Amino acid sequence: MNKVSQSALAARLNRLIDFSPVIIALALAMLVSSILLIALDADPLAAFSAMLEGSVGSENATAETLVKATPILFVGIGITIAFRGGMINIGGEGQMIAGALAGVTVALVLGEARVPADMAKTPGAFDLIIVTLSLLGGFLAGALYGGLAGFLKAYFNVNEILSTIMLNQIAVQMMNFLLNGILLDPSEAGFNNIPKTARLVTAAQLPRLSLPLGDPWLFARTRLHWGLIIAIVLAVLIYIFLWRTSLGYRIRAVGENERASSFAGINVKRQMMFSMFLAGGFAGLAGVVQVLGLQYRLQTDGSPAGFTGSAGFNGIVAALFGGLNPIGAIPASAFFGGLLVGAQKMQRELGVPASLITAVNGLVVVFVVSSEIFIQQRSKRRVSVSEEEDG
Amino acid sequence: MGLDDIFTASVFASAIRLATPYIFAALGETFAQRSGVLNLGVDGIMLMGAFTGFYAVFSAQQAGAMSEPVSLVFGVLVALIIGALMGLAMAFVSVTLKAKQGISGIGVYLFGLGLSELLFQQWVGTPKSVSGFPRLNFPVLTDLPVLGEILFHHNLLVYVAFALVPISAYVLNNTTFGLMIRAVGQNPEAADAMGVNVTRVRYATTTIGGMLAGLAGASLSIALINLFQQNLTAGQGFIAVALVYFGGWRPWAVAAGALLFSFVNALQLQIKVIGADIPSEFAVMAPYVITIIALVFAAKRQEQPTALTRPYERGE
Repeated sequence: MNKVSQSALAARLNRLIDFSPVIIALALAMLVSSILLIALDADPLAAFSAMLEGSVGSENATAETLVKATPILFVGIGITIAFRGGMINIGGEGQMIAGALAGVTVALVLGEARVPADMAKTPGAFDLIIVTLSLLGGFLAGALYGGLAGFLKAYFNVNEILSTIMLNQIAVQMMNFLLNGILLDPSEAGFNNIPKTARLVTAAQLPRLSLPLGDPWLFARTRLHWGLIIAIVLAVLIYIFLWRTSLGYRIRAVGENERASSFAGINVKRQMMFSMFLAGGFAGLAGVVQVLGLQYRLQTDGSPAGFTGSAGFNGIVAALFGGLNPIGAIPASAFFGGLLVGAQKMQRELGVPASLITAVNGLVVVFVVSSEIFIQQRSKRRVSVSEEEDG
Repeated sequence: MGLDDIFTASVFASAIRLATPYIFAALGETFAQRSGVLNLGVDGIMLMGAFTGFYAVFSAQQAGAMSEPVSLVFGVLVALIIGALMGLAMAFVSVTLKAKQGISGIGVYLFGLGLSELLFQQWVGTPKSVSGFPRLNFPVLTDLPVLGEILFHHNLLVYVAFALVPISAYVLNNTTFGLMIRAVGQNPEAADAMGVNVTRVRYATTTIGGMLAGLAGASLSIALINLFQQNLTAGQGFIAVALVYFGGWRPWAVAAGALLFSFVNALQLQIKVIGADIPSEFAVMAPYVITIIALVFAAKRQEQPTALTRPYERGE
């Protein structure tokens, strides 16, 4: 008993220390972006303060930060599972799209079935069954799409990085095809406008979220929705799943050492598929939640990031930044949501293009994985601790 | 509409042209991977090469400081240098710092994607075109029926790309440098014991890979399309990485894969042009589907460099 709690404490400490590369990465990224900003003739301090103000400077800014953070967190949780399981899932974008397509279809069909057309325009309460089934549909579609890459890796030795990248492109085209075809908003047909589905009835929408602070309630007049709460709850559940259940342990064991896991009797192929299945599922949730909670319809400009807003990639950054820990992914997502929203303000005020953030995100990834060498000693200790956890 | 509307000489010609960036990038990646370094940042390096090469030519031509051919050579040089620098950075990250290669490559990709767009918006603004590498005319050959159009009416970089295929194969298979690359990728411990400097070889191959990725980008922006816009490569660098796997790390097979892929792409464009009754989305999707299928079949028979993605730890 004593030994168990001691090693659990040690494990917790070690996971805490996991965040040290993040701090190094953050400092380096700020340094490099300052240099970039100076090179672009912009004052770094003014840029950073514009970003801060744009991301948390007002009630609406904070809400927008959290709105942007929500899909990133969903994807980030999934990426955390995949990376912990040794699968480098770059397919968040495609899996989001798969989830959104399936989820919006369920929501449209059920919404129409349960709500008569003439009532659809009058406001009403959301319908738990429709929303739940739509979310499940989105999860499942994303999971199958991610699982496909896991299957190809497990049974055909196809590199999952490459297959997920190809699957991203395929998903974009599939979305364009469906949104120009059977999913096209009937009232848009023949107009050649933006390809989009019909608007969801209120019953199929995720409700907006506000907090009972002040009058009117905090965030009552913003676009913040319940997707954030769902994501946070799931982050905690996945943390428990990964570190407190034997199934989660097996996923991590395969990620730490494939061969040893295989000798220990773990079905490595099945774990690979399973971690990709879960990862895809969470990206799928990111997609369907964007539709149900924010846009109330699926629409795209036809470009790869037209629907996802690159959350499939930003989720990777957030997962790494969160120390490959679902709980850590919560503040990490909020941080990157803030960066994205703040960058728009920076662009407006200083004329520095918001694409600076994409470059900085890339640097953060490089710095986080590069600084791992400095904590290698610690990670070696972590392996021995997780072995104790098993025993 | 019959098959001869689809399989026209111009389709074959455009397949060869479209293969150019893939061949450059995939050959460079072949060098890196044969030595054990998976550089997934190729697409980001291509974007930076495409932008900087374009911008060099654009500003030189705007200022009228150089004659057109000189400005194009200048653009190629800039793209090579930027590519080399990014390759060097990738080598530092994955060889010296031993970072996880798949993930750090994604970082390099995002960095290139963001920075090329940032600089483009800041320095150029809207897509503007340059006069890029002109198509060459060879006496007699270019006037040959069919063959002339397919083989002898391309810009210089197309020929450079195809010339690099036998050169790369020769370097890898028949030179000491090639032997060192293969040894380091296959068995770094043994190579080290034989006195090969593992770190230096991997730095060299990754830098060569970066240079060729930069050139691949420039071949788009100053030879094939002659302009730059946001995300110009649209993931071509990732396809190039897939082609290396598909070609089993052998330059000839990698180039054949590049040709096959761009042939499908050219066909797809042609089908759009003649307005066949296939949804264009499926046509655009086809090359990616085919790549996955090709990987399924390639993965079974291939033997990848044993030390691929494995940083070298000198045993003490």
